[in-house]
Amino acid sequence: MDKVQNNKAWFLVLPVLVVVAFSAVLPLMTVVNYATNDTFGNNQFFWAGLEWFEEMVTSSRLHDALGRQILFSGIILAIEVPLGIYIALNMPKKGAWASLCLVLMALPLLIPFNVVGTIWQIFGRVDIGLLGRTLAALGVDYNYTNDPVDAWATVVVMDVWHWTSLVALLCYAGLQSIPQAYYQAARIDQASRWAVFRYIELPKMKGVLLIAVLLRFMDSFMIYTEPFVVTGGGPGNATTFLSIDLVKMAVGQFDLGPAAAFSLMYFLVILLVSWVFYTVMTSLDRQEGR
Amino acid sequence: MRLRYSPLVMTLYLLFLLVPIYWLVNMSLKTNTEITSSFSLYPRDLTLRNYVVILTDPSWYMGYVNSIIYVTMNVVISLTVALPAAYAFSRYSFMGDKHLFFWLLTNRMAPPAVFALPFFQLYSSVGLFDTHIAVALAHCLFNVPLAVWILEGFMRGVPKEIDETAYIDGYSFPRFFVKIFMPLIASGIGVAAFFCFMFSWVELLLSRTLTSVNAKPIAATMTRTVSASGMDWGVLAAAGVLTIVPGALVIYFVRNYIAKGFALGRV
Repeated sequence: MDKVQNNKAWFLVLPVLVVVAFSAVLPLMTVVNYATNDTFGNNQFFWAGLEWFEEMVTSSRLHDALGRQILFSGIILAIEVPLGIYIALNMPKKGAWASLCLVLMALPLLIPFNVVGTIWQIFGRVDIGLLGRTLAALGVDYNYTNDPVDAWATVVVMDVWHWTSLVALLCYAGLQSIPQAYYQAARIDQASRWAVFRYIELPKMKGVLLIAVLLRFMDSFMIYTEPFVVTGGGPGNATTFLSIDLVKMAVGQFDLGPAAAFSLMYFLVILLVSWVFYTVMTSLDRQEGR
Repeated sequence: MRLRYSPLVMTLYLLFLLVPIYWLVNMSLKTNTEITSSFSLYPRDLTLRNYVVILTDPSWYMGYVNSIIYVTMNVVISLTVALPAAYAFSRYSFMGDKHLFFWLLTNRMAPPAVFALPFFQLYSSVGLFDTHIAVALAHCLFNVPLAVWILEGFMRGVPKEIDETAYIDGYSFPRFFVKIFMPLIASGIGVAAFFCFMFSWVELLLSRTLTSVNAKPIAATMTRTVSASGMDWGVLAAAGVLTIVPGALVIYFVRNYIAKGFALGRV
């Protein structure tokens, strides 16, 4: 759509600017302040330059948390994206059954994060949980509070449970936009199921799939509440992801300087990924001629 | 033509989604002795005690009241400021519009963990700590950008000719916006409100950091069930079930827009 050039539109945007500046820019400035200052207490600060950044960049604690974070995001993307596509392909296209599927699938998306944690905490416990009990009955030595591998498995399955529906729903929306004529043409050509998927469905889903991958990456990259409720970052530090580590550092130990430096670097990664996201969005919009 | 799909896959997936939720409901209807001493797939000794505890104890149900208060405030603030801004983004090009739009997105993506501590200090220093408005404003960090993006997605679907016709007919901007434009994007406003509600409702880190007693959300109250006498599993499960209810109630009405809402209006 052609837009009219009008700088008076700024007045319409002003309220948003004020609210978001208050809740985003001001706090971020505090963070910048802490990241470059050191204190001996009593609110007396002195300039520390890039000291905290150097400390954080070389800190093995941060490297470990980052490694775990990347591994976690990688694993859940590798599971959720193919599974989401597969589910979307198998979803009924219309009727009451389709509505029911939509509603039930969306249910996990709308559960408060800490309740998601609580659900899996209860579900996985060896003494009272269905999952824990069943695995124990099958002779699997499973205990997510002691064993790092089990803790990881629980957190990953929990995230798959929580968010696969999002990928599936987005892909489903993409599939819905494919005209029937495409499928008819494919049938005339006697295309195989795989060929239909590869050359019709996948290209049509490309846009939404990119959005889904980016959203899942971002949200898994800042995951905090769910693993925190289930494992508390443990056993040991096995499931301490970036956000958990950051909160531990900032609120738990009150190491303001390092935590602030950490926050800023964290934020830069987010900025980078957001930029990719934005570029994808705008190029998609252009393709659709909007 | 309909490509063959197997209902089996869907059934298995839905089962995978629903079994953990069922287990929570199951727990919430059991007594604590039954939970810890025996193991059954359904409550043998059906009890509503856990729900009664929550609905009669002010320290429990006030958690819900607090959550609902700040969530409502947040939805109202977010929509009020987002509506004109989304209109501006969808209709006009102005200096710095693309940068601004991108900057809003980065706030939607910002990790709450980064903001927890600065928020705490900011709101403490202006005397807003432990108030509902503090949490509502803090959640604006991601909800205002979300609302702007979603609303813009809906508004761009409305042909511009409608605006022009209205102006020719002598409508002033505020009157046109409220009388003509808002009814046209009513579903968009509904979806934006729903998603603001949802994201504010599910968020715990910020709301927990910014409150202690008076505005404590239900999610934070739930950590209370750990006491000297062990976990009160039944009440914890019941509290969990009650937090799922509001979302489950309205989801039917927005079922066709879930993908659009999560994709910030871009599907």
